[in-house]
Amino acid sequence: MIAIVDYDAGNIRSVVNALERLGVKDYVVTSDAEVIRSADKVLMPGVGDASYAMANLKARGLEGVIPELRQPVLGICVGLQLLCSSSEEGNIRCLGIFEENVVRFRSDDPAVKIPHMGWNSISDLKSPLFKGISEGAFVYFVHSFHAVEGPDSIAVSDHGGRFSAALHKDNFYGVQFHPEKSGPVGAMILKNFIEL
Amino acid sequence: MVAKRIIPCLDVKDGRTVKGINFVGLKDVGDAVELGRKYAAEGADELVYLDISATLDGRRTFTELVSRIAAGIDIPFTVGGGISSLEDAARLLDAGADKISINSAALRNPDLIGQIASHYGSQFVVVAIDAKCIDGTWHATTHGGTVPTDKELFSWAREAQERGAGEILFTSMNHDGTRSGYPCDTFAALADTLSIPIIASGGAGSVTDIADVLTEGKADAALAASIFHYGEIPIPVLKRELVKQNINVRI
Repeated sequence: MIAIVDYDAGNIRSVVNALERLGVKDYVVTSDAEVIRSADKVLMPGVGDASYAMANLKARGLEGVIPELRQPVLGICVGLQLLCSSSEEGNIRCLGIFEENVVRFRSDDPAVKIPHMGWNSISDLKSPLFKGISEGAFVYFVHSFHAVEGPDSIAVSDHGGRFSAALHKDNFYGVQFHPEKSGPVGAMILKNFIEL
Repeated sequence: MVAKRIIPCLDVKDGRTVKGINFVGLKDVGDAVELGRKYAAEGADELVYLDISATLDGRRTFTELVSRIAAGIDIPFTVGGGISSLEDAARLLDAGADKISINSAALRNPDLIGQIASHYGSQFVVVAIDAKCIDGTWHATTHGGTVPTDKELFSWAREAQERGAGEILFTSMNHDGTRSGYPCDTFAALADTLSIPIIASGGAGSVTDIADVLTEGKADAALAASIFHYGEIPIPVLKRELVKQNINVRI
C-alpha cells in the first residue's frame, strides 16, 4: 500500500491521478501517523510555500514520524525541500534527512526567469529511480527555491547554475520536478519508485 | 536551460472542443481529453483549454471536463474563459487545473490577480492580454480586441507582474488570425520589461514565425490553435525544425 501524505500542501490530486494512470489501486491519502508507518511506500507531494508546508506537517504531528520511516519515501517539489536541512523560504529548519540546504534562485541574467517554470533536462543520473531514463531527459519544474548540489544529489539540472533535481539518502528520495506532470518520463520515474 | 514551450490552445464549448478536423485516428475530435492526449503524445509541452461556452450549464460542464482532463493528461494544463472570481479559480484548481488564465476580469478588477496569487501561488496565475496597437500605442482590449481600454500594454503587464501574475500571455490583436507572424520587436521589448515568462500568441503562420518569436521576440513559449488543429504544422515537425535552428525545445 502506498501512503500519500496529506498535509494541506497542494497537488495531492495530481499525484493520485498519476498513480491511477499507472494502474495503482492500492493507495491511501492520509495524515494518520499509523497508516503512514505501515505503508510499503510513502509519497510526500507539495507545492507552495515551504515554511507553510513545514508548519502544516508539524500541526499534524508528522515532523517526528517522517524521519523515522524505514520504507522508501519520495518527496516531490516542496516535499523534497522539507527533507533537506533548511530552507531560505521563511528561514526554517527542515527535517534534515538530506544535508543539502534549500536556497532561492539568484541570477543577474535577465534570461534566467524566476520562478523556474517549464521543462528542463536532468543529468548525472545515479539512482534506480532513473532506471530506463536517458541522460538529458526533460521533466517539468515549477519552483523559486532549490536544493543546492551536494553529496546526496542523484540528478542535477541547470537554471542559471546547477542545482539538485533529485536527492537520495538511505530510504529517502526527493525530486524537485513534478513526475506527475512530466509525461512518460515522469510516469517511468514514479513507476521506478513504486517498484523499489 | 529551461526549454522553450510549444502550447496548443483548444477552444471548448459546452464541454466539447470546437476545432480539430484533421486528425487521423482520433475517434472523436470533439473529445477534449482525447485531443489533448494526442497533442501530449506528439510533444506539446503544455495545453491551454479555453471555455467559450456562453451559458451557466456550459460552464458547469467545463468544470467536469477539467476533472477528466486532469485525470487523463500527464502534462501541465491551463484553463481560461469566464474566470472572474477567487471562487471560480478555486473550483478549477480543485478540479485539477495547473494554472488559470484571466483576461477581462483582471482588467475590470486588478485586485483579482493578487487574490488568486496569494491563495494559490503565482505559478497558478496567467494574465492574458489582448492588445491592439492604435496610433503607436498598445492598448489592452476586451471583447476579442474590439473594445480598447485605457490600460497600456507595458504598464499593465508590469502591474500584473507586481500584483502576482506568474506568466503573461500576450496576443497582438493586430496580428491574431492573420498568419503573418508576431510583432517580434514588441515581444522583445515586453520581455525586457518583465521578469516573468511570456507566452506569445496570435499570428503564427509558419515555423519561421514561431522560431522568430522565440529568438528575436525573446518569448518563453508559443501558443497556437489553427496551425495545430488543422494539421498544417504537426508538433513533431515544428520541434524538429526548431532544434535545427538551435532553439532549445523538449524532444
